[in-house]
Amino acid sequence: MTTEWLPLAMVLVSLIAGVIIFLLGEQRQLARTLLNLGAALVKLALVAFLSMLVVTDRAPEFRLALLPGLDLVLRADALSLLFTTLSAVLWLITTVYAIAYLERSENRARFFGFFSICVASTMGIAMAGNLFTFFIFYELLTLATWPLVAHSGSRAAILGARTYLRYTLGGSAVFLVGLIWLYGLAGSRDFIAGGQLDEIGIAQHLDLQIIFVMLVIGMGVKAALVPLHSWLPKAMVAPAPVSALLHAVAVVKAGAFGLVRLVEDVYGPELVAELGMNHLLAVAAAVTIIYGSVMALRQTDIKRRLAFSTVSQVSYIALGIAVGGVMATTGGMVHLVHQGLMKITLFFCAGIFATVLGVKCIDQLDGLGRRMPWTTLSFTIAGLGMIGLPPMAGFVSKYYLGAGAIAVGAWWVIPVLIASTLLNAAYFLPLIKRMWMHPEPGEWPHPVNLSRMETGGLVIPTVMTAIISVLTGLFAAHPLSPLSWVMGIVTEYFP
Amino acid sequence: MIAELLAGLVFIPLGATLLVLLLPRQARGYLCFTAVLALPLCLMPLTQAVWADGEITLALAEFTPPLGIVWRLDGLALIMLWLTAIVAVPVSLHALTSFPPGEQTGRGFWPLWLMLLAGINALFLSADLFNLYVTLEMITLAGVAMLGIGGNALALKAAMRYLLLGLLASLLYLLAVGLIYGQTGALDIYLVGERLETDRLAATALVLMITGLLVKSAIFPMHVWLPAAHGNAPGPVSAILSGLVVKVSLYMLIRIWFWMAGDWELPAAATALGLLGAGAILYGSLAALIQPRLKMVIAYSTVAQLGYVMLLFPLASINAFHAASYQLLAHGLAKAAMFLAAANILWSIGTDRLHALTDLNRKLPVDLFALALAAVSIMGLPPSGGFLAKWLLLEAAWQQGAWGWLILISIGSLLSAAYLFRVIALTCFHPERRHVPTRWQSPPSSASIAALVLALLAIAAGFTSAPILGLIDDSLPPGGIWP
Repeated sequence: MTTEWLPLAMVLVSLIAGVIIFLLGEQRQLARTLLNLGAALVKLALVAFLSMLVVTDRAPEFRLALLPGLDLVLRADALSLLFTTLSAVLWLITTVYAIAYLERSENRARFFGFFSICVASTMGIAMAGNLFTFFIFYELLTLATWPLVAHSGSRAAILGARTYLRYTLGGSAVFLVGLIWLYGLAGSRDFIAGGQLDEIGIAQHLDLQIIFVMLVIGMGVKAALVPLHSWLPKAMVAPAPVSALLHAVAVVKAGAFGLVRLVEDVYGPELVAELGMNHLLAVAAAVTIIYGSVMALRQTDIKRRLAFSTVSQVSYIALGIAVGGVMATTGGMVHLVHQGLMKITLFFCAGIFATVLGVKCIDQLDGLGRRMPWTTLSFTIAGLGMIGLPPMAGFVSKYYLGAGAIAVGAWWVIPVLIASTLLNAAYFLPLIKRMWMHPEPGEWPHPVNLSRMETGGLVIPTVMTAIISVLTGLFAAHPLSPLSWVMGIVTEYFP
Repeated sequence: MIAELLAGLVFIPLGATLLVLLLPRQARGYLCFTAVLALPLCLMPLTQAVWADGEITLALAEFTPPLGIVWRLDGLALIMLWLTAIVAVPVSLHALTSFPPGEQTGRGFWPLWLMLLAGINALFLSADLFNLYVTLEMITLAGVAMLGIGGNALALKAAMRYLLLGLLASLLYLLAVGLIYGQTGALDIYLVGERLETDRLAATALVLMITGLLVKSAIFPMHVWLPAAHGNAPGPVSAILSGLVVKVSLYMLIRIWFWMAGDWELPAAATALGLLGAGAILYGSLAALIQPRLKMVIAYSTVAQLGYVMLLFPLASINAFHAASYQLLAHGLAKAAMFLAAANILWSIGTDRLHALTDLNRKLPVDLFALALAAVSIMGLPPSGGFLAKWLLLEAAWQQGAWGWLILISIGSLLSAAYLFRVIALTCFHPERRHVPTRWQSPPSSASIAALVLALLAIAAGFTSAPILGLIDDSLPPGGIWP
């Protein structure tokens, strides 16, 4: 049986679903919901089928020439499956949450249409077989998320969306020039474990360094590396499911995933080290980790605090691949999944607090534990995971990062990790304490009465992601865990 | 057979022009639309012939130059003919409802439109300086007359300005043709290229010709007539003027520069043309950024987008040639789509002031979608024809180490994103300005579909580069192009 079309189908499922949602219009709610869930389920099935093919070494590849010598390549390898699995699972869960969340708002067709296109572009990013394909879907992602950020249409939303566009389009202009330069030097090449630029002579190393910086800027904008991060807190005005997806899978992760591809599959860790670029990336990541945590501590708005926490946490991924070595790279890459699961839980909770009770600021959190035990419990689990409490998923990432840094002699990473952990604790623990220990206030800011269906639609996805995040930590040693999967990928880079 | 098909491209629309007023009202629409539909049908076998045997030449009445006139059909001309045919069909579909052939406005529009089509097709087939002049005049006059159809005062004023500048440009061109004919005794571009000696007279002729053509193509700073004309033209006329008519004189400029003067070494002049392009990109985009009306934004965007084509002159490589042809094609499709969508919005709401356009995503979803898709191509975002054009142009600039042009292209595409996202944000996301428009009627669905089809084609152009670039490779100019 021919399976070439499978990678393309992964992208098209959500793209077509998005277009049909636009065509269905605002009123056909049932059809829209069924389509959303159906497409998400089909995608999960495709992911399962693809994993089977990859495990048995029959990974399919789709290739289409856009220009002579320039191919659009979509294919499944171990790394892309890691990311597609994460997106497919979280898409399904977020869809359930979003349907309940937006129950009473307008412009839902527009929202879900772009939501699906956003997932389609994430799939394209995950399955991209070369940097050119990656760029195409990276741009598509910008286009698809812009209307989502601006969704509410308020002044703040439009300004946030405008800032988002300025950063991302500016970044992609730099990206494009770097890409043209790289292709001019080396031609179009597919991603390959360990890099593909070895035979480029030492005379071109300055070119390669500049190109590397340009590409890192292009991806760093989305990955919110300091000083390219300012759009992220402003984009917080988006509806909660969008923020959740933005931070966990789509935009920020796409940038971090791009950095992984760039270091591991385009340049290769050896060449990056030879060019001295690993230090640059590591320093940028370390600065971002500390800066993001400090800024998070200073926020009083829950979503803004979470946003700065993302700025900090996503840079663990960059730090891991920049430090290099089997352990640290594993720690960084597995954080792609771990951070996604924990952060989506936190944003789901923040969304529930804000819609159900109107709680948006940290000092309004008092006594929430009694009012919404399940949501608060999920928040607590994810928060503790972020801090890196064993045996949570966050601990696994941090452990591998730290141990890996020591293994390659990068001792300076340890103080960064300790400082970050302390700061994480400083900005999550007071929230958790308020929710469980403080007495309930006499009156909530904006209480809303929800139907059973709505409550279920909001709380069940939240609890599910919290449970999955615990399980990935607890069973990290299981052969099907993200950690084992990442270990398998990384051993290819460092044979 | 080939000769008949070539003749069909010109004489079918020309014949229809004459017939249309003789027929009864009910039959006019069918006649006009059939005449337009015949164009792609003629082109299909011609494409096959060019594909198989390369360039087609046809000596009219079997006289060869210098005495007779020759039509030439090579890859570049074929692509421009296809652009014309592909834009013409949806535009005509739109015009069937916006200028109904049986009514007063339609009686003005259809004969002019068909005459314009005949002129454009004849121009792309011509390889003779005087023939080019005649067809270009036919196009300009038809275009000016079409501007006046609605009787809109602003449009009439713009038409007057367009006419005067157009006539001035034609005079310059004609003077140059006279000078060249005096020296060489030939009018055929190839023959002139061989015979013309590079002396002061030839240089004068070239400068006159280029100036005339720059005015006609509205290249900065000779663009002054364009925004008012394209921004105020009635309905689909803007789409025709921006999508096709300005491309025609730009095509002539490329033909004369590379085919007639191809082996003259003119690096300074080429750089100067490139700088005009740079001025066009920057000025057009910045002006588009502050326009209060949708159609004016789109019109200034045309000024900017034509600037990219001008970069062909300093870059002058195969890649640049690919890029310029692709830009002409992708811009033609996307810009026609935008103007048709804008025409529908204007028709439906009664104004195209950006601040009066709210909630379009609910009122006119199809038209807004067409506008947004076309915007993706104009901004050069993937996947679209505009993106491939930008990629090729960046590649061409990189290959020659032309960092200045490279940065210019990047800045230009960021500016285009700025002015187009401004439009889309204003039309969708401002609920605080939400109000019931005083006038509201939904546009005919065929008009919306016409805009959507063009926009989809602009996106589809991002996937069909192989045959198009193949055609261009078969028709590179004889000299003056770097590998």
